[in-house]
Amino acid sequence: MEREADVVVIGGGVTGTAVLWALAHYDLKCVLLEKEPDIAAGTTKANSAVLHAGFDAPTGSEKARMNVLGNRLYHDLEKELGLDIIWTGSLVTATTPAEEEQIKELKARGEANGVPGLEIWDAGRVREKEPNLSEAVKSALWAPTAGICWPFGIAAAFAENASLNGAEILRGATVTGIETEGGRVTAVRTVKDVIRTRYVVNAAGVQAGEISAMAGDSSFTIRPRKGEYILFDKTARASLVNGIVFPAPTKTSKGILVCATTHGNVFIGPNAQEVDDKEDTSVTPAGMDEIIAGAKKLVPNLPMGAAITEFAGLRAASSTGDFVLGPSQEVKGLLQAAGIQSPGLTSAPAIGQYLAEIIVKETGAAKKADYQPGRPEQPVFRELDDAGQAALIARDPRYGRVICRCETITEGEIVDAIRRPCGATTVDGVKRRTRAGMGRCQGGFCGPRVIEILSRELGVPVPEIRKDGAGSYLYIDKTGGTAK
Amino acid sequence: MSGTYDIIIIGGGPAGLSAADSAVQNGAKKVLILERDREVGGILQQCVHNGFGLHHFKQELTGPGYAQRCYDMVKDRPEVEILVDTMVLEVRTDKTVVAVSPAKGRLELTAKTVILTMGCRERTRGAIRIPGTRPAGVYTAGAAQRMVNMEGYLPGKKIVILGSGDIGLIMARRMSLEGCKVQAVLEICPFSNGLTRNIVQCLNDYDIPLYLSHTIVAIHGRDRVSGITAAKVDEKMRPIPGTEFEIDCDTVLLSVGLIPENELSRGLGLTLHPKTSGPVVDQHRETSQPGIFAAGNVVHVHDLVDFVSDEAEIAGKYAALASLGQSPAVDRVIEVKPGAGINTCVPQHLRLGIEGENVRLFMRAAQPKRGVKLVITSGGETVLTKPLAVVKPSEMIAVDLPAAKTAALSGEISVAIDEGV
Repeated sequence: MEREADVVVIGGGVTGTAVLWALAHYDLKCVLLEKEPDIAAGTTKANSAVLHAGFDAPTGSEKARMNVLGNRLYHDLEKELGLDIIWTGSLVTATTPAEEEQIKELKARGEANGVPGLEIWDAGRVREKEPNLSEAVKSALWAPTAGICWPFGIAAAFAENASLNGAEILRGATVTGIETEGGRVTAVRTVKDVIRTRYVVNAAGVQAGEISAMAGDSSFTIRPRKGEYILFDKTARASLVNGIVFPAPTKTSKGILVCATTHGNVFIGPNAQEVDDKEDTSVTPAGMDEIIAGAKKLVPNLPMGAAITEFAGLRAASSTGDFVLGPSQEVKGLLQAAGIQSPGLTSAPAIGQYLAEIIVKETGAAKKADYQPGRPEQPVFRELDDAGQAALIARDPRYGRVICRCETITEGEIVDAIRRPCGATTVDGVKRRTRAGMGRCQGGFCGPRVIEILSRELGVPVPEIRKDGAGSYLYIDKTGGTAK
Repeated sequence: MSGTYDIIIIGGGPAGLSAADSAVQNGAKKVLILERDREVGGILQQCVHNGFGLHHFKQELTGPGYAQRCYDMVKDRPEVEILVDTMVLEVRTDKTVVAVSPAKGRLELTAKTVILTMGCRERTRGAIRIPGTRPAGVYTAGAAQRMVNMEGYLPGKKIVILGSGDIGLIMARRMSLEGCKVQAVLEICPFSNGLTRNIVQCLNDYDIPLYLSHTIVAIHGRDRVSGITAAKVDEKMRPIPGTEFEIDCDTVLLSVGLIPENELSRGLGLTLHPKTSGPVVDQHRETSQPGIFAAGNVVHVHDLVDFVSDEAEIAGKYAALASLGQSPAVDRVIEVKPGAGINTCVPQHLRLGIEGENVRLFMRAAQPKRGVKLVITSGGETVLTKPLAVVKPSEMIAVDLPAAKTAALSGEISVAIDEGV
């Protein structure tokens, strides 16, 4: 099918959806293309979920600028978009005199970057905040503006608000080519459509190098750097940490941290391993050993029996070492949002606004007169008080049927997750929007029920329901001797 | 749906139904069963194979057949009310039960006693940390059993099963009967964790290889499972480098253990046992909270539903007596401790009257052994011995202590395996 747009955003991660959200404030026809069945399917779904204060990146870098601005924007947007953020603050711990020097340097750098409220805490104050930390911790850098968030929820909030304001999100839309004429982009081809457009924003994560090259700009490449994680049950929280605890950073990463999540769990990780395969999100025994050893330096008594899952994500590290942001030098109409590794999540709204402003300036597009802030209400049964729960069930009895028993998620919430703008189409899509299947039994009990509800609500046969990725079918066949 | 119940039973599986029946037989007048699923019967509903009921009903039944027998015992009793599609959110120590259902909305019910019969759940991939990718096609054996037997869908066609627990073995046969190829069953222990009859009937009869001391060291496939890497493990269950081999499959089923579902028990602040993961109970299945009873897989994971029913009948009887104010007088509390060779023992203590009573102890051995003797001692004195031809961790040991013996008990008792026979 042939379509028209002013801007095509390639990539439905937190960067792409934030760009779409920023563009949706203006009179521009915008289309986002995501190759997977759901948004936030790449780096956004597997990272440390930390909103960084902004002291890590070198002063003057895009990373530093976007981080500090993005952090501030999240403080402003939290309420309007109903974002799942807890401003825990973060600690970077030091165990040796050299590391104590290092955190003082970080503090100075942070101050130069414009990070407010940085303090060096002594061991006593650190342990008051985090009593389970190693005796070896001598002092720490405290950053009060850091926080933890639910990255999928943030991408979903951007996507839902953009959808509400007329932006189109096409999923399962793998880009196969970008057409140019006289050095300017004219169209994007996908497996399904041709979209005529004046602007293309490249937010394709680990694939951003290939997408840029499709348009004729090969000025950078992306090398994925894998990070592995272990997630702990909520019951282990009391023996771990209350907030975000980093070791002193290494050259390639901020190190293996021990960090709370907005859902009440704690994770340890990530390590940092360069990989060639841009789809290699496997976890390895060596990686697990590495992060366990790393985390033990911060919290010596790790409750390994309470580990509930492990996962890996890929950082989209660019060959330039910094974010690749703004208009391409080679192709007109192509804007890069590439090499977005940490602090990419924190930077997303700042990147969105920065790129939107460039396009708005060039096109002269006006602010939408009827822009709708926020997103549709999303009732969460378990968070309501007694009267609120009773009222919700009275309004819609499906909120009285608990489907996910571990997390107390009702049928009403699952139906809402499917029917929302940019709603769930997969079992993991339901999980990320509602938490159904995220608890102790990991979907053992509710999985088949969620499949049944998806099939009913989407009007597709049960065997066509997928777990997550394009080919992740859950059932191979019906029973009854048809299997060969 | 109003007033105070004698007993509220949380969970309408075999334990809940058996407890209700026994409670009414022992004088309870107003019993309510709350079931979260659409029907009562619990996990038995998906266990379409036979082999149930030989001990309790003296008849071989299928899982649904056994569930039906349990339901038949209570369905016409006016004293028993059943609410399905009803999820209990909270049980309080004052025996208030908070539940929700689409039909009734939010309910706050009160009772004189509560019996917890929530059953158990399966350990998952995360709990055992299998490296590799995270594709579709990795299921717990019980979830796959529900898909095949209740939903009518096949989770895959070429199967590897990790763990030789009973559900895994049953599913090996079930998938074979559906025309699937079960490539292998891998067991990390040097012995099987299922009933011997299931090894014979579910693996040997279908030529399915069982690899003992083996595990999965990686799962492959991006969107859907495309294979696994298996390896032999050493005596500390660590993979031995160089022993890896690949197995082609589209599905991995996990049968790596069951855990009692004790979220409500935790909310109640009950004392839980670190090894059984269930509440600590006395011989009447009363928990650390007076008037709160528990029975079945929520207390400790059973291998036979028959023993679940037996245990639930005890809980039902004594919950009924407690609700009528007729609980037996307690003269002394005797701790029951697992000794050498025994991993767990239920009940964990006896609350005895002056006269003593018949008590059945359930135990699990720590290691498989042949030709041993079970020895129960108290204060250095032997209370009872019982020769056992075979003990294995997968098969629960039941021993009866007659009233004459328990009447004489004064101090802690210890249950041990004596190999020197």
